[in-house]
This record gives sequence, C-alpha cells and structure tokens, in this order.
Amino acid sequence: MKQLMSGNEAVARGLYEAGVKIASAYPGTPSTEIIENLRQYQGVYSEWAPNEKVATEVAYGASIAGVRSVSIMKHVGINVAADPMFNAVYDGVEGGFVIISADDPSMHSSQNEQDNRHYARAAKMPMFEPSDSQECLDMIREAYQVSERFDTPVLFRMTTRVCHSKSLVEFGQPLQVESIPYKKNPAKYISSPANAMVHRQLLEERLQAMAEYSDKAEFNRMEINDRKFGVIASGISVQIAREVFPADYSFLSLGFTYPLPEKLIRSFAEQVEEIYVLEELDPFLEEQIKALGIKVTGKDIFPNMFELNPAIVRESYWGEKQESVDLDVDMVARPPSLCPGCPHRGFFYTIRKKKNAVIAGDIGCYTLGGSPPLAAIDSVICMGAGFSAAMGMAKAFEVSGVDKVVFGVVGDSTFFHSGITGAIEILYNKGRVIPVVLDNSTTSMTGQQDNPGTGLTLSGEIAEKVSIEALFKAIGFAKVITVDPQDLTAMEAAIDEAIAAEQACAMIVKRPCVLIKNIEHDFKLCVVDRDLCTSCRRCLRVGCSAIYYVDGKAYIDPALCTGCTVCMQVCNFDAISVVD
Amino acid sequence: MSETVKSIVLIGVGGQGTILVSKVLTTALVTAGFDVKMSEIHGMAQRGGSVSTQIRYGKKVYSPLIGVGEADILLAFERMEAVRGAALLKKDALIIVNDYTIIPPPVASGTAVYPDNCIDALREKFKLIAFNAAQVAEELGNPRVMNVVLLGAMAEVLQLDKLDWETALKVNVPERFIEINQEAFKRGRELARSEEEAYAP
Ligand SMILES: Cc1ncc(C[n+]2csc(CCOP(=O)(O)OP(=O)(O)O)c2C)c(N)n1
Ligand code: SF4
Ligand code: SF4
Ligand code: SF4
Repeated sequence: MKQLMSGNEAVARGLYEAGVKIASAYPGTPSTEIIENLRQYQGVYSEWAPNEKVATEVAYGASIAGVRSVSIMKHVGINVAADPMFNAVYDGVEGGFVIISADDPSMHSSQNEQDNRHYARAAKMPMFEPSDSQECLDMIREAYQVSERFDTPVLFRMTTRVCHSKSLVEFGQPLQVESIPYKKNPAKYISSPANAMVHRQLLEERLQAMAEYSDKAEFNRMEINDRKFGVIASGISVQIAREVFPADYSFLSLGFTYPLPEKLIRSFAEQVEEIYVLEELDPFLEEQIKALGIKVTGKDIFPNMFELNPAIVRESYWGEKQESVDLDVDMVARPPSLCPGCPHRGFFYTIRKKKNAVIAGDIGCYTLGGSPPLAAIDSVICMGAGFSAAMGMAKAFEVSGVDKVVFGVVGDSTFFHSGITGAIEILYNKGRVIPVVLDNSTTSMTGQQDNPGTGLTLSGEIAEKVSIEALFKAIGFAKVITVDPQDLTAMEAAIDEAIAAEQACAMIVKRPCVLIKNIEHDFKLCVVDRDLCTSCRRCLRVGCSAIYYVDGKAYIDPALCTGCTVCMQVCNFDAISVVD
Repeated sequence: MSETVKSIVLIGVGGQGTILVSKVLTTALVTAGFDVKMSEIHGMAQRGGSVSTQIRYGKKVYSPLIGVGEADILLAFERMEAVRGAALLKKDALIIVNDYTIIPPPVASGTAVYPDNCIDALREKFKLIAFNAAQVAEELGNPRVMNVVLLGAMAEVLQLDKLDWETALKVNVPERFIEINQEAFKRGRELARSEEEAYAP
C-alpha cells in the first residue's frame, strides 16, 4: 500500500533503497529530518558532522573509497560546503555521491532564500529537482545512476514544501550495491593544477554527455495537448502548474534541470505557440531558455521572490486577485521568542545592562536575544560570524578610537561548526573581544540535535565529549570563565570579571535547553503575590511569555512557567516566589 | 468519488498538538482511498509561534499548498489564530474554533493588546462552530486531549461516512491514552453536532 510520507522521509527511504552506505549531515531546516529518518535503516552509517564542509568531505571520501554516499544540508550549508563540492566535480567519483540541498523559499526558518540551482551551473554538476515525495524517492535512486554513469557528484535540490509536504509514496526494492574495490588513483584524486587541467577538459565532455541524457531523462516529461499554450516548470512549480492551468494546456515538467534538456525544450517550443516558464525564486530556467533564442514569458508576470502557491500564480497569470474575507480585528503577531525557562534569557538580560557593550551574535535560538524586550544583539550574519565579525568590529573601534567592549556570542553547536576558527583569530591577532559560548548542551534551533559537545552521536551511542573549555585553553585563552546564566548575580559578576581581565579571556555560559528530552530538569513553578506586586513592570523586561499582566498586576501562567526564577530575581519587591 | 479537491487548514500555537490532529485526519483520508497532500511548516524549535498545516484531499491532488481565499474548512486551536487562518478561506467556508486564548509575547510584554472581538468578527462573516475545547479536555481529566476534542468536531462537519476514525486514532495515539482520546473525540463530535443544529433552518 502507498504511504503518506514527507519528502524528507521519502528521500531517506530512497537513499536506503539506492544502497547508500555513508551519510553525513549538519542540521538545518528544512533538511534535518532526512538523516534523522535515514538512521533507522540497517547497513547505513549516518552521522552528524560538525559542519557542512566536513559532511561533504566525509561523504566524498567515502565515494573515493568505493561506496555510495551522501551529504545533506540546508541551502546556506552549501555555501559552507562549496569548496569540496566544486572540487569533487573536477575529480569525479568512485561510489555514487549526491549532495542534498534543501532550499527555503520565503525564509520560513532561514536568513535568506538563495536559489541553489545556480550552484549546479557554477560547479558544472548535474541537478535533480523533485516535486513531490514519490519523485524524492525515485529521483534519488536515479541520481546515483547518474553519478556513477557520468563520474560526477550530483546536486539534489529540494525546497521547504517538497521536504515538509506529505504525499503518497510507493516503495521500491532496495538495491544490493557492492563496494567498488579500492585502487589508488592519484591522477584522478589528487587535485593538483596539472591533473585539474586534464579534468577540466573531461568535464566539458561530461557536460555534453549529460545534456544528451537530459533530453531523454525519465524525469523530464513533455505532454503536448493544446498547441496554443504551454507551461515549462520544475520542482514544486510542476505541481502548482498542474493545479492552476487548464488540463488541456501543454506541459513540459522538468525534474533533471542541469544540464537543461535543450532539444526537448526546442521540440516543445516548436509545437506550442505561447510558452510560460513557472519557477520559484530566480529565472534559472527562463534565462537559459531565452539564451536558446526561444521566446517565453516568466518573471515578467510571476514573482521572483518568495514561495509560490496556486492563488499567487492565478493572480499573476489571469490578473484577478483571489478574494478573501476581511475581518476587522486588530491582530497581534506571535513572533518566536525564547521559551519560558530558556537558559539564554539570563545572559541577555544581564549583558543588556552593560551600556558600553557591543554584541556580535550568531545563528541559533539565541538570535532571539536580539528581539525586544531583550534586544541585546547588534549583528547576526551567518554561522561562525559571531566571533570573527566581533573581531572586525573591535579592530575598527580601535582604529576609530571608539570606546566599546565587544562580545562575540555563539552557541555550542555554532562554536563547533565554525566558531573555533574565529576564536583562534581573536587570540592570534590580539583582538580585544570576549568570545562567549552559550552552551545549552544541544543544537536547539533545529530541534535539539546532538553535537560534538553533548557526548552522544546521531545513532544515540556514547561519544567523547569535546570540551569547549579545553579548546579555549588549548588555543591560548588564559582565563576561561564558566557560569550558570540562571544565577543573575553570578552572571553579572562573570561579565564584569571578563571585562576587567588583563589577559585573553573567554566565557562559557552553561545550562541545558529546557526542551532536551533525555535529561532530568529541575522544573518548579513561580507565582506572583498580587498584594506585594507594585505593578512596576520590571519582570516583563525578561521577555518570558509565561509572565504577563492580568488586571493590572503581573501574573505567571502555571502551564508555561518552568520556575527558572529569572523574573523573580529581577523583582525588587519580593512579589515573586518559587513553589515546589 | 467527486472530482473536487477539498482544502482544510489547521492553525494553532506551537505545542497545542496540531500535528497529531493532522496525522489522524490524513490517516483516515488515505485509508478511505483519497489522494492526500499535506503541508506543514515546522522549523523554529521554540514554543509559542503560530503553526499551521494545510491538508488537501480528493481524487487527484496536485498542489500541497493552499493560497489566500481557497480553503473550505478551518480548524483553529485558538481564537486569534482563527482570525489569522481565516485569510485563507473561501467566502462560504466553515470554521471550527477553540474559544480559548493564548497570550502572544507582545501582549505578555505589554506592548500590544489582545483583540477582544475575534469570535464576533468571525461569526459575522463565516459559518462558525465555537466552543471551549480546553475546558472539555479539562473535564475529561487531561488538558492535552484538547486537540482531539477539536478533531472530533472536524470529523462531524466533514460528513465523510466512510472514514474509519477509530483505527486512525489507534495507530497515531500511544496505547495508554487511547481511551481518553476516544472519549475526547466523541465529545467533540457531539458538540459540533449540537452547534451545527443551531444553523439548521
Ligand atoms: C550554514 C548553516 N548551517 C545550518 C544552519 C541552521 N542552523 C541555524 S542555527 C543552528 C544551530 C544552532 O545551535 P547552537 O549554536 O547550539 O544554538 P542553540 O540553537 O542551541 O541556541 C543551525 C544548525 C544555518 N543557519 N547555517
Ligand atoms: S528551544 Fe531551548 S534554547 Fe531554544 S529557546 Fe527554547 S529553551 Fe531556549
Ligand atoms: S517586578 Fe515584581 S513588583 Fe514589578 S510588576 Fe513584576 S512582580 Fe510586580
Ligand atoms: S520563573 Fe519567571 S522567567 Fe522563569 S519561566 Fe517562570 S515566569 Fe518565566
């Protein structure tokens, strides 16, 4: 029987069916569940890598050693993994090798919506774009055929709605794939300039051969109906096109989109008068099709940003706005905010009091320390930038003679991902920066995955805990202060001590995330004594959604409060107390 | 089976159990032989954000996504979320709403005021079934089954007789909670039925 599966679940199943043996990933929405599902399958080694570059190098190494492998990440992860990815294309593969990129149009949980299809073209590697869960399974199997047949890594480009939408899937038979016997092959796998010269030419031949494959590829489907109107689409837009346009239009639905099926497109153009190109984000197909000298309409009418949906496409195409009912209600947003009891709260509440502090933040739950009422962060760029951007700021303040204390703030997973190099930079180049790791013992933002500091692997095995403190010391930080952010007095003392320190000083702010499942939490409950509450509103400044005003006084929602006592510590009137 | 595809939107606040409801609902629809697509956005780990799931079923479904003004039914787990979700609804759509409030962070920190006219505004424009599922769940002895009370109401208004809700519940709920969930489901159904009768001519 067919099963309702998300694209991520279907890809995991497909990887297993394709005989993949080594899988390495770094978490990132919307890709995270792929490897979390893959780990259930026998005979596949799955791991969390410290970052996407490492994941891609691990998977590529496995390919060189003769087994099918995959590395999995969100779209911005490809930026981190781009170096090994581009070079692996030159050298080619032994065992099939696929890199999965999960893009996030509309930035549901990302800092941008970059269209990673451009990477396929820039790196000169083949690309698949599935449109639903069945295609996720079928195409990932085919991706391994393509990888081995054409001796190349393959980019498998998904998007949020493909990853997280569920549709019906029929399983295939798992393949028995033998490891390829290992043979040393330096001319192929040592990317020296001399070898690269040879590879560069082979790459051109390969692209030619893949273009021919593309014209006949099973996943590039032409359906000629009406000869007046036709639609070319790829990825999720294939489904939206079928939904929106009349069934008697002609369709060219593309699942293998680099290299483009040039002959197929020309043939479609010869048979259909008026062609529309429907694709999410950039005019990736459109510009290439226009370069073939074919007249099409695309981004002139369809939006070039954010996710598409049927209503948007209808409006763009027929010009009529889909009506919806207007309600006269003054809505309030529900912006994400740190959970009640979140360990990050105590740090941001305290550092905010230091008016002279500039805080280069980073990406994780703690980015929310930048939202009101905490509003303690000055910048967030990308993973790892917390330390290194802080360094640049500090140097700039130095040359401009500005008196500021600069903190670089990253989470534990971010520290392992790319914070360590920033810490080295700070020490090596004598930065007047205090690097701070907010160690909540997990990778929280993406749903509490383990990381090198947690002592557990993806498969739940006990691992060596990599010590952040030992790393700081090994780098050369003379002073490493570890503090519990829930004790606001200690937190403030630690910050003051770090600011006053003469030698290089780093700080580890340590307390587990309240959503971690496999540990004991000492949750309690705080309550407000209405008689003692003076309505001063100070407790609201900690930004906890469990405490709010009811009838002019503070009130703590017992269903939400974890009894972390942060609000209690800021109340000057002893109006809040803990009950066990 | 009719050709038309029906679109349902579930909306609530993270942690309210919308995911379980969409699982039971889609299990029942798939078992009954419908083509089903479902889309949900889950990304941010923190609790308290607005979460929504879109479910479409029929003979053949293409897009998993519903646009503005396209949905037939809205199941809202919270009052103000119902208003948020209503933007996706067709004119003559039906809303089932949990008459229950969850304070959003800007209201908690005192920078915004929770709107007091959500239910009235919805009732003016849509066919509305409103009751406090949280209270019903509390009466049943477990506040967390609130979501299944709402699911029961949904089952009633969908009017799809061939759906096997009992099995769908069983495969998605841990064994020891089945009984209370069945009870919650039944109560939701009854509530929706009596509310629906109020609309009968
Ligand atoms: C290059 C890159 N990879 C992955 C992500 C997705 N992502 C955002 S935050 C985060 C992890 C944050 O973990 P941590 O630093 O421990 O902070 P926490 O969320 O636990 O507070 C990840 C994986 C990203 N934004 N960029
Ligand atoms: S998930 Fe954990 S780290 Fe993230 S906001 Fe909630 S408590 Fe804080
Ligand atoms: S800080 Fe204390 S006195 Fe002030 S509003 Fe909160 S509970 Fe009341
Ligand atoms: S003790 Fe105060 S700050 Fe902590 S969770 Fe409860 S209400 Fe929020």
